[in-house]
Amino acid sequence: MEQILSFFNDNKEMIYFIILSVFVGVEVIGGVPTVLHTPLMSGANAIHGVVIVGAIYVMLNVDPTDTLALILGFLAVLLGTLNVVGGFVVTDRMLEMFKKKK
Amino acid sequence: MKQHLLEICYLIGSVTFIMGLKMMGNAKTARNGNLLGAVGMTLAIFGTIFLHEGEVPGMIYGLIFASIAIGTVIGWMTAVKVQMTKMPELVSMFNGMGGLCAALISLIEFTHLIHTGEVAPIGTMIAIVAGLVIGSVSFSGSIIAFLKLNGTMNKPIRLPSYNMINNIVMLAVLVFAGYVAVSGGSMILAYALFASALLYGILFTIPIGGADMPVVISLLNSFTGLAAAFGGFLYDNKVMLTGGILVGSAGTLLTLVMCKAMNRPLSNVIFGAFGAGTAGADAGSSTTKGSTKEASVSDVAVLMNYSKKVVIVPGYGLAVAQAQHVIHELEMLLEERGVEVKYAIHPVAGRMPGHMNVLLAEANVDYGKLVEMEEINPEFATTDVVLIVGANDVVNPAAKNNPASPIYGMPILEAENAKNIIINKRSMNAGYAGIDNELFYNPKASMFFGDAKKALTELVAELKTM
Repeated sequence: MEQILSFFNDNKEMIYFIILSVFVGVEVIGGVPTVLHTPLMSGANAIHGVVIVGAIYVMLNVDPTDTLALILGFLAVLLGTLNVVGGFVVTDRMLEMFKKKK
Repeated sequence: MKQHLLEICYLIGSVTFIMGLKMMGNAKTARNGNLLGAVGMTLAIFGTIFLHEGEVPGMIYGLIFASIAIGTVIGWMTAVKVQMTKMPELVSMFNGMGGLCAALISLIEFTHLIHTGEVAPIGTMIAIVAGLVIGSVSFSGSIIAFLKLNGTMNKPIRLPSYNMINNIVMLAVLVFAGYVAVSGGSMILAYALFASALLYGILFTIPIGGADMPVVISLLNSFTGLAAAFGGFLYDNKVMLTGGILVGSAGTLLTLVMCKAMNRPLSNVIFGAFGAGTAGADAGSSTTKGSTKEASVSDVAVLMNYSKKVVIVPGYGLAVAQAQHVIHELEMLLEERGVEVKYAIHPVAGRMPGHMNVLLAEANVDYGKLVEMEEINPEFATTDVVLIVGANDVVNPAAKNNPASPIYGMPILEAENAKNIIINKRSMNAGYAGIDNELFYNPKASMFFGDAKKALTELVAELKTM
């Protein structure tokens, strides 16, 4: 119990932050027309590619003699980039089509 | 100094994600919203690299740039080249990449902890383990979803009493994860956890039918968001937290909205799949069998030429056959002759909500002609001809009047109310849900067999001679 309370206390800002973000996420999506669901899903898909920031951070702090970590880190950055670049480009292609009709 | 600048980059990044996502909810601003998100992402990525404090060997920078360069080229090429019909599986694939990325980060953290022999606080351990498990499930699940959508694996695979097995595996993975988080684990345990989470992702996705894949992708999408958020918690990184949670909550909501469009609770999609109802549908199918009529190209052309109002119901078959341009040609031809043409869009037509709109927009179909289900349904009674192209389950009356049917309760397009029903299909095979459609045996219905593109091209040619 003590542990849980102190965990909460140590991370209370983070916990507020998380709860508020959940509401923002719900709020932002609410009332989106069905036609935009696919691009929206695709756009959200690109945004969670932000995990690449974590991969880069890990790489910057990795022990240069630790080959395994270097290989895993290299792969992680590669996969994150695929997610980000592919995600945004595909979404752009989808949305481009909505614009064509004058 | 650098640290402060980095925090500002992250703040800007977070705001662009929120605003970008908001703008994507409106057709007019959507494209700029996506670009805004991309700008914020670029800022966050380059900020992380260039505003890093502390000595980093050049070799590591080299590796980072090499991997970003390779990823950019591959990601860009794939995204630019892929056909619009293949979009859903591509989104699924990219989602899987993000999930694996999160899982790998956790694995590296494990090697780091084991190497240094540090004991991490429990909060950190939970974040590492959660990122590993959720990321892995999202990865293997997305790959299965990808294979299902692209047809490599198109039948739901159900082990005997798969629900029980899945739940047991899920519990086992959770208990195992809890144990690793508390005990601090070892490298072997970390790999074992990685492998078991991958296995669960596969078990979770294989029993689910192809028609439900959009829901699954959306759910896995929010999983990856959650995994990214745990990464953010681990590194106290605000942009990862905002981005991850935003996608996590938005993705969950989107999943629920999609389920609502199909009138099936999420639990039904995941646990029930179409499994429970299949036996009932088989039993019922023998009673609905009757005779079907077949219509030739000229029959269809004459019928359409002399009607006042035609409603087109496009389905995935149209997308597969790449017939969206031909159907637009047909629409314009009919309009020239004074026939009113509309498209009836079921919320889950195609493989994702809104997928059909994207495809038809690609073919320059006027946005105003795409009518959503609630609005078009009352109009079927005054429609002379309804042309169903490559759609099946979304017009199956069994959803309304056969409680034994697995799709019972799903809202449908009431095409059976139209005066004439033309169904273009390649064969009499059942639709994606694998069930029979009594609409085909309706006395007003005629089957117009053939590949959608070929059949419609012939139809257009025939109409031009009239």
